Amino acid sequence: MSGYLITVLTVISIQAIAACGLNVIVGFAGQISLGHAAFMALGAYATAMLCTKAGMGFWSALPLVLILSGSIGLLLGLPSLRVREDFLAITTIGINFIVEAVFLYTPFFGGALGISGIPRVYFLGEPLKGPGFLLLCLGFVALVMAICWWFTRSFAGLACFSLREEEAAASSLGISPVRFKLLAFVMGTMMAGLAGALYAHYMRMINATDFNFPYSVMMLSIVVLGGMGTLWGPLLGAAVLGSLPEIFRPLVDYRMLLYTALLLLMIRFQPGGLLGEPSLGRRLLSKMIPGKRVEEAL
Amino acid sequence: MELFLEQLLNGLAIGALYALMTLGLALVYGILRILHVAHAAIYSVGAYLGLWVFSWSGSLLLAALLAMAGCAFLGVAIERLVYFPLLRYPPYVPLIASIAVLLGTEEVCRLIAGPYILSFPAQVPLPSLKLGPLLLSPALLAVYITTGAVLLGLWYVVGRTELGLAMRATSQSRVMAEALGMNTHLVITLTFVLGSAIAALAGILVGIYYNQVYPTMGAVPAYKSLAIIVVGGLGSVSGSVVASLLLGLAETLLIGFADIPLPRDALAFMAMIGVLMWRSEGLFGSR
Repeated sequence: MSGYLITVLTVISIQAIAACGLNVIVGFAGQISLGHAAFMALGAYATAMLCTKAGMGFWSALPLVLILSGSIGLLLGLPSLRVREDFLAITTIGINFIVEAVFLYTPFFGGALGISGIPRVYFLGEPLKGPGFLLLCLGFVALVMAICWWFTRSFAGLACFSLREEEAAASSLGISPVRFKLLAFVMGTMMAGLAGALYAHYMRMINATDFNFPYSVMMLSIVVLGGMGTLWGPLLGAAVLGSLPEIFRPLVDYRMLLYTALLLLMIRFQPGGLLGEPSLGRRLLSKMIPGKRVEEAL
Repeated sequence: MELFLEQLLNGLAIGALYALMTLGLALVYGILRILHVAHAAIYSVGAYLGLWVFSWSGSLLLAALLAMAGCAFLGVAIERLVYFPLLRYPPYVPLIASIAVLLGTEEVCRLIAGPYILSFPAQVPLPSLKLGPLLLSPALLAVYITTGAVLLGLWYVVGRTELGLAMRATSQSRVMAEALGMNTHLVITLTFVLGSAIAALAGILVGIYYNQVYPTMGAVPAYKSLAIIVVGGLGSVSGSVVASLLLGLAETLLIGFADIPLPRDALAFMAMIGVLMWRSEGLFGSR
């Protein structure tokens, strides 16, 4: 594999991890979040600070990073509980702008220069680069997918689904909206924190503007494109939206325009996403694989 | 004291510009319940159209009229082609489509007019007014007069005409209005015409006030006006006007006197989250 391909695949798998986290919040628990990049930023800055200033390694910093991004996610999830739908979407946009501004304007976090000199990840004494780092990312993708799969089959996941479909009915059956929405929020932000940490160690220098609002929009586009609330949707969405800019690269000037046009056409004609409920992809898969296996797998 | 008054006047002008940017958004949200982020795209297209017509004809009035007409057309096109087919889906679907339209329009502007900042060399045909020690520049006066006229006109249209009645009825319940024989689609179209024309005016005024027009000029207003309509109470037009003026004043006075290390754009969102914690339906909302 060429280095170029490995780079693209690594970026796609990091985005897939974050998208899985967003899918837990948006697809499983039905809470629109347009500030997911902020939680990636929290993970990335946490690991960057721990590794450059406190001299820790990736593996010893990782649990702290996850706890930190999870607990800040919990803290920021609390205001989101009070609002719903459109108000929630705008509140999360606000969280994104505030987190970005705090990192960008605080000298402690490197200000506009960001943080550079983040060390490589070591595994069994060997620094991981190129294919090695890709394997590490793919391993984390598998782990995150396994957690999502377990979540869809656990009581907590089913409780989230019921809250997403009909909150009043679910809470009348004794399912606490606060507890399970917060659980989904914390799970999602921890996955975003993990993706952010991987991103920081891959790029080895980070800047607050890497995690701006358009990045959050792209995250939500990945989830919507793949199929919200499905298990494999975020992965497929990350692969498609991650490779599109590369495919369009020869058309440098028109790249963003084609990208947005394609996104618009996609939303216009397949608003359920590639693997969502009324979609083409799901019907094709059902035709190829008989029985109810497709419904269960997605 | 003089400095304070000057800052007050500037803050009021910025608030008035915010109000012009946000009015269309509040109208559209009231009637369709869609967060019309692409409204900011219409606003920057309005600035470009205005600049283009002005440098070609030299008449500011003609520039404003043609830009308003062009933007009205663009607004209706967005409504017909993008929002209308998506109305039966959950609100995030039109929201993402709207953001895609915003980013796409920015790209079109960049491809056509280039990525650099263009200046808007228009002289507003107004005298500068002297109020004691204070000097009101023509651009400042133009902002005040235009905003006042637009607000007055909008108040008349929404409150006193049949179209306004139809708009209010449609925003209360589209199904009911339709059942009573109203052509709600026409009402929606006219709402987009009205909102987009106001956005074009805002674009031209901002272009003149700051003397710059550039492709991404809609980016910050897009998200800031979302914060404004939330603080004002989603869908409440008068609420969004008051919130715009408050935000313009707060920004200018806080940056001028309190020396806050955070940028003014983050301030709007902090105010918004504060207001939401206190009243989850916004300052003037009812739910």
